[in-house]
Amino acid sequence: MPKFKYITYAEAINEALDLSLKKDPNLLCYGLGVSDPKEVFNTTKNLQKKYSSERVFDIPCSENALTGVGIGCAIKKCRVVMTHQRLDFSLLSLDQIINNASKFYYMFNKKIRVPITIRMIVGRGWGQGPTHSQSLQSIFSHIPGLKVVMPSNANDAKKLLISSIFDDNPVIYIEHRWLHEQKGRVEKGFTKKKISNANILKRGKDLTIVASSHMTTEAIIAGKILQKNNIAAEIIDLRSIKPLDFKKIEKSISKTKRLIILDSGFSFGSIANEIISSVHIRSYKLLKHQPIKISMPDCPVPTGFSLTKNFYPDYKRIIFECEKMFSKKISYEKNKNQLHDVPNKEYLGPF
Amino acid sequence: MVIIIGLSLKMKISAKIVSQIYYQILRIREIESRISKEYTEWKMRCPVHLSIGQESVAAPLSVLFKNKKYEVLSGHRAHAHYLGKGGNLFKLISEIMGKSTGCSGGRGGSMHLIDKDVGFLLSTAIVANSIPVAAGVALSKKIKKEKGLALVFFGDGAIEEGVFYETINFSIIKNLPIIFICENNKYSVYSNLDVRQPKNRKIHKMVEKIGIKSVFSNGLNAIEIYQKFLYAKNYVERKNKPIFLEINTYRYLEHCGPFDDDNLKYRPKKEIDFWKKNDPLTFLEKKYDKILNKKKINNYKNKISNEINLSFNKAKRSKYPKSSIKDKEIYA
Repeated sequence: MPKFKYITYAEAINEALDLSLKKDPNLLCYGLGVSDPKEVFNTTKNLQKKYSSERVFDIPCSENALTGVGIGCAIKKCRVVMTHQRLDFSLLSLDQIINNASKFYYMFNKKIRVPITIRMIVGRGWGQGPTHSQSLQSIFSHIPGLKVVMPSNANDAKKLLISSIFDDNPVIYIEHRWLHEQKGRVEKGFTKKKISNANILKRGKDLTIVASSHMTTEAIIAGKILQKNNIAAEIIDLRSIKPLDFKKIEKSISKTKRLIILDSGFSFGSIANEIISSVHIRSYKLLKHQPIKISMPDCPVPTGFSLTKNFYPDYKRIIFECEKMFSKKISYEKNKNQLHDVPNKEYLGPF
Repeated sequence: MVIIIGLSLKMKISAKIVSQIYYQILRIREIESRISKEYTEWKMRCPVHLSIGQESVAAPLSVLFKNKKYEVLSGHRAHAHYLGKGGNLFKLISEIMGKSTGCSGGRGGSMHLIDKDVGFLLSTAIVANSIPVAAGVALSKKIKKEKGLALVFFGDGAIEEGVFYETINFSIIKNLPIIFICENNKYSVYSNLDVRQPKNRKIHKMVEKIGIKSVFSNGLNAIEIYQKFLYAKNYVERKNKPIFLEINTYRYLEHCGPFDDDNLKYRPKKEIDFWKKNDPLTFLEKKYDKILNKKKINNYKNKISNEINLSFNKAKRSKYPKSSIKDKEIYA
């Protein structure tokens, strides 16, 4: 029996939920659309059928109350996974997340724990626009008491979700819509991954590229192109935004002396800024080239097809920055057939 | 077995219950008064929202909901609910004084109380935000097939928050075992209900239209309030459905702090006089003069005074907590 199988990111999430519901008979899984015909992009497929509508259920459009309900269940040792089809809807529940979930453990002197996992999906492309595409990990990471994870591949998606569910703290689990259909080699069975360990996806001595979630995909493409041009990039996939694995980043740049950070969030007050400032504060002489930040511009994401062209930074931006950094021309084949607002050719909206 | 769910106010009330309710109102009154009195020594350095005048709403907890299977959550004005449920007095006073022996180790203060040993789950400081948490507690009871129910206390201001409606709606859909208690004291800080909600609205009637059983009390007779709680308890336990109580009440002191603030004149003198004339203690003393005789009251006062002295003195002698900002204090 092979220990691995090739499944999509969405299937990996589904498997993590399935295994967790099986493991813990008090675990609840709910959110808008969890049991509708689309089953949250198939991530909650068949779960209600398997585990009853008592434990897996659709909810009223009451994000704030249902987050509070989840917290109430969690403090009574009924773990909860709540799902938002877009991260932007979770903003209706910031009071419960920030004033309650994140604070209870400290504020009540460790007498209660809040094991709730809140899944948030970041949208992109096909006109998702200003309020269906925000990647707001920096807002949640700002709050003491919350953990924030952003898996970039199917295997991590599964293991980090199981770890989030069985963590005794509130965890914000951020998915990216463009990763749902991506296939990957996934370990079988009930397996966890410690939340706090970044993953070195590729070793290299010339440059450190730090990425997370979907930006990791762009980093991998860029890494291959750079390799062909004799630049060995080390790619670090953060996995967990909070806690952040500063150690691995520092260790890598103490070798490469160069740093590019990819961030799917807006530029101002971003995680990229946090990493850059941390690197400078800890050892400001580490870099021999100024750090490069590649993030979303500080502008709401437009909806229209033409307006979104060139709006999202991609691997070409990384190459462009590397050309400046290494003062050399980098050659690669430009893929002209790919439309900019879909993750693959099969993808046909609407969300 | 005949199950009586009907609400009959002619129900016979035993001398024991009258005494228990009176005792608890008196106890909360005396404790809150002592906090008010000692506050100006400036050792209690955190905001306090005292419950003087509103004790009757919390007193039934000490009779009907003592068992741990009844789990109570509350808001910023939580001392009375904590005490009524049997929360430890020494830990309350310690908490307000910021001592390590406080129920939240000095981290929470007056608005963040907890005593899990007696089923006082928590109180929070943001208007209405413990309401859905209580519904979650009720849901967990259903999932785990636990006995008992959840009770959540909040003020009339909470009725203006969206999460209140969201939670009522959800609790109806899921038939949650929960009692929602709105203590209507007519003021949100200094703002009269008139500037916050439509004139002539009856909160309980509006809430009933959402589809939840609602009960109202004008708050003048503590025994009647007790009976409404008894009715609510029977209703939830026998019908497996949530219920909403609106109880009129009045706070005697300022919204936050140890003093009265009648000098600010935001409340009509007639209104203040009306409620003080109908003070729950004098009301019960008059109505049940045979049960609540002078001797008994004096005994109660002595007993309470001893309890208060012990707790305050012990709290004053207790140590301040060590400060730590380490991750292990913030993450479980």
